[in-house]
Amino acid sequence: MAEKVIAGEKRVFMTGNEVVAWAALAAGAEIMYGYPITPQNEIMHYWTRLAPKYNRKFLQTEDELSAGFTTVGGVMAGKRAFTATAGPGNTLMQEPISMAEAMRLPFVAMIIQRGGPSTGTVIYSQQEVMMTVLGGNGEGLRIVYSTANHQELFDYSIKAFDTAWKYRFPTFVLADGYQGKMREPLTIYDPDDRGIKISDTEPYVGRPGTPGVDRPPGHYRNTYNVEEELYEVLQDHIKDFESIADEVSEYESMASDDAELLVVAHGVVARAAKQATEALRQQGLKVGYFRPITLRPLPSTPLREAVNRAGRMLVVESAYGQLGRLLKEALYGATAEFIPYYKPGVGFTPEEIMARCRELIT
Amino acid sequence: MSKPVKIVIAGEGGQGVQAVAEILAEAGYEEGREALYIPNFGVEQRGGVSVAFLQIGDEPIGSPKFAKADIVVALSERAVGRTFQYVGPETVFVYDTLAAPDEKDMPPEVKQVLPIPGVETAKKELHPRVFNVLIMGAVIKATGVVNLENAKKALEKRLGHKFAQNPKLRDLNHRALERGMELVGEVMQGG
Amino acid sequence: MAEKPAMPASWRVESKPHKFCPGCGHGIALRALGQAIDELGIQDRTVFGCDIGCSLLAWDFFNVDTIQTHHGRTTPVMVGVKRANPDLICIAYMGDGGGYAIGAQHLVNAASRNDKITAILINNTQYAMTGGQMAPTTMPGQKTETTPYGRDPELTGLPAQGPEMIATITPEGAYVARGTVSKLRQLKKMMVRALKCQMEGRGFSFIEVLSTCPTNWRTNARETWSFLEEKMPQYFQIGEIKIPVSEGDADE
Repeated sequence: MAEKVIAGEKRVFMTGNEVVAWAALAAGAEIMYGYPITPQNEIMHYWTRLAPKYNRKFLQTEDELSAGFTTVGGVMAGKRAFTATAGPGNTLMQEPISMAEAMRLPFVAMIIQRGGPSTGTVIYSQQEVMMTVLGGNGEGLRIVYSTANHQELFDYSIKAFDTAWKYRFPTFVLADGYQGKMREPLTIYDPDDRGIKISDTEPYVGRPGTPGVDRPPGHYRNTYNVEEELYEVLQDHIKDFESIADEVSEYESMASDDAELLVVAHGVVARAAKQATEALRQQGLKVGYFRPITLRPLPSTPLREAVNRAGRMLVVESAYGQLGRLLKEALYGATAEFIPYYKPGVGFTPEEIMARCRELIT
Repeated sequence: MSKPVKIVIAGEGGQGVQAVAEILAEAGYEEGREALYIPNFGVEQRGGVSVAFLQIGDEPIGSPKFAKADIVVALSERAVGRTFQYVGPETVFVYDTLAAPDEKDMPPEVKQVLPIPGVETAKKELHPRVFNVLIMGAVIKATGVVNLENAKKALEKRLGHKFAQNPKLRDLNHRALERGMELVGEVMQGG
Repeated sequence: MAEKPAMPASWRVESKPHKFCPGCGHGIALRALGQAIDELGIQDRTVFGCDIGCSLLAWDFFNVDTIQTHHGRTTPVMVGVKRANPDLICIAYMGDGGGYAIGAQHLVNAASRNDKITAILINNTQYAMTGGQMAPTTMPGQKTETTPYGRDPELTGLPAQGPEMIATITPEGAYVARGTVSKLRQLKKMMVRALKCQMEGRGFSFIEVLSTCPTNWRTNARETWSFLEEKMPQYFQIGEIKIPVSEGDADE
């Protein structure tokens, strides 16, 4: 790995997009491929300013299809490669991501969600959950971290590179326009200084020796001739994915032990949900809070336990039930009351969530 | 839990609203406090009303969005209309006298209304370009989110390279800051 | 083609006989490519990318690291590999649909960025794997599954002039040619030059190869060859279109 990018622990005040660029540098990312789209542009802006100083590379492609497929190429050349996109760009990128999923490539993408459908807004939403988790023609064999603050954005952007190369599933950091554009303090660091090990990379193509003479050739494909052949490959991938689910899944919860109403949210909305929960608890209302950090795989067991204890859940998201659908699948058979609070493409204030909780609990 | 001070500053593109919020956020951060700043942003590169949302407090800031602000500063007529939704019974509402809204257009419930002749004062006494720094002084006086010294430090950090070339600029900016504080001080006493 | 010439050393014996239809031109194009790889001694550092369409059947054709990609996306995958590791020799192998239709934006942009890769495009005037639909290269009047009464240029334009376009948009240093499977030696020479262009870091290199598809053309051996040698050159001129200046010895 190249020289240290960050010396010691450093308290900084920056935008989320800048955080991502620093995290990628600190994680040893070697090349970024990208195409302009708001609200992720500044990831590229910071990367292109910083990268040459640390001998890292950048390619601006002709579209997000190309940004995704060049990232596939970069990864197969054995480099920590990544891309970043949003909204309609994420839609286009589902094609290369499905190839990465089929071939178990350690593809890393930062998704800075914006409003949809279509061009929607360039601002904010949580409407790219289903697409990031289950997009493309495939089975959603992907790992998706949803961050809530800049510290997590830094921590999980670094972690994404480790996860991707460790398990060889496409890995995503799912943030949003608010997180991309807002400034708040965080501590940046070199992962090595904290004893955080990032999995080594390994080339798929161009390994030493002549193929067919010194080593077998690397023949990588995503097309199969007969259905059984595909089925067999997928069985292995699905088995691997299921076997790592407990190890990979993460969550945060608060006051859920004796809660009579559990507020469930992810990403930036969870900040408002957590604030609302804290305030309501101070007022003596038995409200709890649960946030899946991994949206894929979901932390199903702790989620189920918390929901069953509470008996009622308020699902809060800036989308029309995308997290909601994932939760319902994970909670199938549970008898807890499921109360949606959906505002597609718009943020939440703690006050709104508090008001809704009060209505429900009193 | 001590609540952060929630600030909304809105104006026309080019009035320097985002720079003010960013410098204030930096100043708060440099004081060792928690700060969160988020600009509004849309598809318009220029033009339109520019709104900055800022929170400064002693504990990590929660949601970047809030329902009602502690202080709303509206620097143009359009900005007044645009920021009504953030004005509540606990809000101090500051507007520039050039953007004076009709009585009927004033927020119905408000803690205090502070009209200040910011644009005019900057133009007559200082320089139109330091208008936003004057507004920064006004916000500091109205909220006390940062002290004057740290505000000057944050200005230095941001504009130091320009001050180095032309030391008069430093003085001009400092005067703008102080003048903004005075303007608010005067109306606060009056009200 | 009565006598079987020896296989290029870079071919993978285990995957032969190959999976292309009898009379298909892919085998000849890949022979020329194999010979070029042998001659240049780059088997150990070549990455071969193949597209969707019949070109995907070449995914295990060579003893060369190979990535089978998506339709039209071989160019960006090879660009991605090359940018990440410039020591590798990257070849994007595709059909006319992959290069001139679904992947046209990638081909155009890789060319205008002058990416140091080699793109080889097989022109057999239609989409073969999907059953013989019209391609950008279909000849006027040619019957395909989606032009059953013959391609009408009024409705669907004239055959794409790929190499001519690439030659126009690439800077000096690029190599652009159109070869044919009916002239193996010339085709091999073009491939050597294209790969050399990449190896020397001069620029983008591109070869369109006129090829055959008796299965979808529904032609016998004689008709197939006559379509290739007489009909296709009416629209597709064979030869080198752009060569690096210092090369200066265009011939054949």
